[in-house]
Amino acid sequence: MIAAITDPWWFQTTLRVVGGLAAVLLVAGTLVYLHLFKMVSFMQSRLGPMEAGPFGSLQLLAEVGKFIQKEDIFPRKADRFVFAAAPFVVLMSTFLLVVVVPGGPDAWFVDSEIGIYLGMAVSSVSVIGILMAGWGSASKYSLLGGLRATGQLIAYELPLILAVLGVVIQAETMNMQGIVLAQAEGEIFGWGAIGNPYILTQGVAFLVFLVAMQAELTQTPFDMPIAESELVTGYMTEYSGMRFLLFFIGEFATAGVFSAIAAVLFLGGWYIPGIDPTAGIMNVLGPIVLISKVVVLTFIVFWVRFTFPRFREDQLQKLAWKVLIPIALANIVVTGVLKVVF
Amino acid sequence: MTGLLLAEFTTTEKWVVNSFWGVIAVVMVYAALRVVTTKNVVHAALWLVVVLAGVAVQFLFLGAEFVAVTQILVYIGAVIVLFLFGVMLTRASMGDDETVADEKRAMAAVVGVLLLAVMAFALVDSFDDVEITADGPQSVTTVSDSIFSQYIVPFEAVSVLLLAALIGAIVVARQD
Repeated sequence: MIAAITDPWWFQTTLRVVGGLAAVLLVAGTLVYLHLFKMVSFMQSRLGPMEAGPFGSLQLLAEVGKFIQKEDIFPRKADRFVFAAAPFVVLMSTFLLVVVVPGGPDAWFVDSEIGIYLGMAVSSVSVIGILMAGWGSASKYSLLGGLRATGQLIAYELPLILAVLGVVIQAETMNMQGIVLAQAEGEIFGWGAIGNPYILTQGVAFLVFLVAMQAELTQTPFDMPIAESELVTGYMTEYSGMRFLLFFIGEFATAGVFSAIAAVLFLGGWYIPGIDPTAGIMNVLGPIVLISKVVVLTFIVFWVRFTFPRFREDQLQKLAWKVLIPIALANIVVTGVLKVVF
Repeated sequence: MTGLLLAEFTTTEKWVVNSFWGVIAVVMVYAALRVVTTKNVVHAALWLVVVLAGVAVQFLFLGAEFVAVTQILVYIGAVIVLFLFGVMLTRASMGDDETVADEKRAMAAVVGVLLLAVMAFALVDSFDDVEITADGPQSVTTVSDSIFSQYIVPFEAVSVLLLAALIGAIVVARQD
């Protein structure tokens, strides 16, 4: 993760792979336990898992063990290679997405000049995996689920990217570290004690980003692709065992990574007000700050998920094209004008 | 240290970079052949993903990060997805599709060879023996400065063209 320039490239690469695995798997595990097992249980007046480990904290390992033992079933008419590869394409997109998120002044995977643009590009690759899963299963539920997912992901990718543009205009950079530093060094009408988290000036973009993120993650109320009353579980219907687990990890890890990106763009990322953002200690404190922001944002995602009923397909498309995209475009125009004026 | 891949490669021996380039080129040529020989339309689209991803990596080797990422976003994330979406909405048969037009192969081969000749000539004519060196990644500032100053007229012309295509598609698709 912390890659000094003098280290040989294979050492840097190994560090990045290990760091990426930790960032994806640990975050996904934490979110499943905290939100899916415990928070939802409390919302529904029950305890959730209590048997495995203290307060059921080892339940996740038990679940993973169960999934690994299950038989890897292929439908008879399935396109074997496409069917088998689809979960890996989805998960690959998540792994590529996590590399753009910075955790501290030196704790980054890739400090690219076009960081957020790279993130938006690789996040769109997961659609291919979903289409592969839907078609490769040779089942009409899967195919319909895959098509619904694609229509939804294409529609909500636009407001997502347009919402990011407002932040990029204000920070004058696409580099994720640059966006964090711009917020750390920003001032609110000359008062710079807490910097200037862009949720204050880009609040509209933040709301658009959150709604679009909910849809990109196909969480309720945007879970038309896996609508269980109509499509069983959509493109995941035919999957079992390890491959289903991969989709599951992908879903929660992507929720974590998208929340981390939202935290970096709008909530100030890893910086702590009052501490010099280049101090070495920030490499330790930064990831902790970032993860706590991720937990808060994913809390909102799952809170909404377990509160609202599902949208109808036409309402879903209408919300994207007729509400979110115009708002995001107006936000870009206003931000651009204000940027030039001030 | 603001490189995606190049941070590692600029300091490495030239033959390492060249052999990586060659390996990816071979994979791309094989995938491109499979695109036109496979009988399954969905498989053809998925092989095309491999070709386009290879193009993105080749751009990275040349230091053109912005172009590489745009390649992924536009071609893999949008064009291929819409292509697959359209194929699956209309004819998503599993297995080989025997109705894939065989009689047009000759014409397609002629067009392909002609395109190859034109592009090869253009490349040899403009670069001949110029050695392209990647001195670290190309900055986005350079790209945007040249688009919005030197190439502003072609850029705006392309924008208007795309807008016209968009409006045309809506006019054709509207029923009322």
